[in-house]
Amino acid sequence: MLKRKAVTSMCALVAGALIVTGCSDAADGGNNGGAENNNNAGNNANGGSGESATVEFMHLWPQGSSAQHHRIVNEIIEDFEAENENITIDLSVLSNEQYKDQITILSSSNELPDVGMTWAAGYLDPFVDGNMFAPLDDMLEDGLRDEFVAGTLEAYEKDGQSYGLPLELNTVYVYYNKAIFEEHGLEAPETYDELENVINVLNENNVEPIALGNRDSWTGSMWYMYFADRIGGSDVLTNAINRSGSFEDPALVEAAAKVQEMVQNDSFVSGFNGLADEEAKSMFMNEQSAMYMIATWDLPNYTTNEDVPQEFRDNVGYFKFPTVDGDGDTDSFVGGPGVGLFVAENSDVKDEAKQFAAYFVEQWGSRAVTDAGVIPATVVDGDALDLPDMYVDVLQDLNDATNLTLYADVQMSASVAQTHLDSIQALFGLDMTPEEFGAKHEEALSEEE
Amino acid sequence: MSNKWFITLYLLPALLLVGILIFIPLVLTGYYGLMRWDGIGAMEFIGLTNYINVMQDGMFWQSAGHSGLLAVFSTLSLAIYLAVSMILASKIKGSDLLRKIYLLPMLLSSVAIAQLWIKIYNPSNGMLNEILAWFGVQNPPLWLADPNIVLYSIFIPILWQYAGFYILIYYAALKNIPESIIEAAKIDGASPFQIAYRIKLPLIMGVVKVTIVLAIVGSLKYFDLIYVMTGGGPNGASEVMASYMYKLAFGTNNFGYGSAVGFMLLIITLIVTVIIRKVTADKEELQY
Repeated sequence: MLKRKAVTSMCALVAGALIVTGCSDAADGGNNGGAENNNNAGNNANGGSGESATVEFMHLWPQGSSAQHHRIVNEIIEDFEAENENITIDLSVLSNEQYKDQITILSSSNELPDVGMTWAAGYLDPFVDGNMFAPLDDMLEDGLRDEFVAGTLEAYEKDGQSYGLPLELNTVYVYYNKAIFEEHGLEAPETYDELENVINVLNENNVEPIALGNRDSWTGSMWYMYFADRIGGSDVLTNAINRSGSFEDPALVEAAAKVQEMVQNDSFVSGFNGLADEEAKSMFMNEQSAMYMIATWDLPNYTTNEDVPQEFRDNVGYFKFPTVDGDGDTDSFVGGPGVGLFVAENSDVKDEAKQFAAYFVEQWGSRAVTDAGVIPATVVDGDALDLPDMYVDVLQDLNDATNLTLYADVQMSASVAQTHLDSIQALFGLDMTPEEFGAKHEEALSEEE
Repeated sequence: MSNKWFITLYLLPALLLVGILIFIPLVLTGYYGLMRWDGIGAMEFIGLTNYINVMQDGMFWQSAGHSGLLAVFSTLSLAIYLAVSMILASKIKGSDLLRKIYLLPMLLSSVAIAQLWIKIYNPSNGMLNEILAWFGVQNPPLWLADPNIVLYSIFIPILWQYAGFYILIYYAALKNIPESIIEAAKIDGASPFQIAYRIKLPLIMGVVKVTIVLAIVGSLKYFDLIYVMTGGGPNGASEVMASYMYKLAFGTNNFGYGSAVGFMLLIITLIVTVIIRKVTADKEELQY
C-alpha cells in the first residue's frame, strides 16, 4: 500500500515537473533575451547619464541551432555598444517559428521591439498596412542604398517606401553527389531530358534520385517555380500572383504537369509528402539520394561545416536548374532575400534604432560570409576574402544572374500562400490535376481582390 | 465573522485565476470571431459573417470529421486500456514492472513522442518499414505521406501516449474493489471472465464514464502530436479542428476567422460533453 502511494506520488511529482518545465519553456521563449540582458540594463541604469537609450532588438538565431550567426550578432552588438556608450542593446532571441508567433502577438498589442527581423513582400504587407514598421528611406539616402545588391531592397518595398534592410540573399540550386554520379557514369544535366535520363539511370540502379521533404511544402514549390520560369519565362509566375496574369496560363499548367511527370517517373524519394525538409536533407547528406534542391543558405554544409565529413563535402557539386524542351534561361534564379531588419514605427528611440540597424547591416556583410557562410544582401568583395570555391562560384552566378524570382509563398499574402502550399502537396501527391491546381490558385487570389 | 465570508475569501484566488485565465479569454475569442482582423492592424466588426463562413467551410467540417474519428478511436481504445489494467490488477508476476513500462510514454513530452514516431515511420530508413521489408513486403505503406492512412498512422502514437494515463486510473479503481466481493464470487463458481465483466466492470463504471468524457473531449481538442508529425498535411488529410484553427490564425494571419473556428470548437466540445453525460447518466450508482 505504501509502495503504491509512493509510485503515485512519484508520478504526480514528475507530471507536475513536466507541467512546470512546460510553462517555464514558454516563459523562457518570451523572456529569454530579457534575462540575458538584465545585467546590461542594470549597468546602463548605473551609468546614469541622462541621454542613454535602450534599443530592444529581437532576432531568430538561437545559440543552439545557429551558433555562428548568434556569435556574429553578439560581436556586432558589442562593437556597437563600445562605439556608442550611451546606447544599450536589449537583446531577445527566439527560434524561427516561435519568433513568427511572438512578432504577431507583440504587434497586436503594439509592443514590437525597436529593431527586429522580418521577411519580405507578402509577410511584410499587414505590418506596413497596420503602420507597425517605420519607412527607412531617409537612412538609405545617406549612401546606404548602394551597399545592397541590386534588387534585394525592392522586395521590402511597398508603395515606393522601403520597410526592411535585407541581410541575406539566397538562390536555389540543385546539389548533387559527384561520387554517385561518377559511379553510374552520369554528368550534371543541362536540359530536362538529360535530367530525366539521370533519374532513369539512378532508378535502374536502385539509387533514390532526388531527396525532397514536401511536408514543408515550400520545397516542392521551388521545383514548380523553376519549371514555371523555364517554360513560361521569368515573369509568368510573378504576373499571375500580382493579377496581371493568371495561374491558368498554359505555361503554368504545363509547369504543374511537368512536376507530376517527375513524380510519376519516381524522381523523388518515396514518401516525400510525409518527410520534413530536414529529413530529406539528411538523406542527401548520408548519401542515400543523389540530388537535393535547396537554397544557398545550406552552402556551409557542403563547404566549411566541420561537423560534416570532409569526404562528403568534397563530393558535392551543384548545377543550375536545366532548360526544359529547349526553353528557358539558366541564369534566371528562384530565390530572394531571407530575413531583413525592420525598425518599429512607434519606437521611443527611433533614431538610435535606425543608427543601430544601419550599423548592423554595414557590419554584417563581410563577417557573415566569412564566419557564417551566409551570402549577404550587401555587396561583398569576394576576391578580397578567403572563401571556398563554391562560394566564389555562387557569388559569380549572382553577378551574372538575369533574373531573380522571389519565392512564390513569400510573394503571396499569407492566406493565398497557405492555399499554394497545400495545393503543392496535393499536386505532388497526384491528388489534384494541373488544371485544378491552377483553378485553386485563381479562386484564392480572386477572393483577395 | 460568518462562515460564508471565509468560504468566499478562500475561493476568491482560484476564482480570479480561472476567470482571468480561462473565462475571459473564452469570451474574448467569441468576440474576436465577430471581427475581420489580421492580428496586426485595426479590427473591423463584421457581425456573424465569420461564423456563417465556418458553417459553410468544407475544410472545417473535414477537420471536424477527423477530430470525431479520433474521438471514436480514443473511446474504443479505452477497452484495450481497461483489459490491460484488469490483467495488471490481478496478481500476475511482474505486474509492477509492466505498469511502470506502460506509464513511461506519459512522462515524455508530446514533441519527443512525435519525433520518435516520425523516425519509426520514415519511409526508407524507418524501423517499421525496415521490419516490413524483412518480411518481404515490396511496397510498404508511406505512413505519413499517404492521405488515406495518415490519420490512422498518427493514431497509433496517440494510443501509446495515453496508455499509461488511463491504465493508471483503471488500475487504481480496480484495486479499490474489496477483495471479499471477488472471493465471494469465486466461491459461487464465477469464471475469471464473469468476475471481470459482471462484477469488476459494473463496480468501476463511474470511473469508466469519466474516462470516456476525458477521452472524447481530449480528442476533439487534440493538437500537439499532429502539429509536429504532419502539420495537418498532406493537403489537409490529417487536419483536426485545433490544427486548422492554428493554421488560420498564425499561418494565414486571419485571427478573426481563426477565433470563430476556435469558438466553434468550444461549442462542439460542449455539446458533445452534454450528450455523453446524458447518455451515460445512470439511475443508480452501484455501491460496494
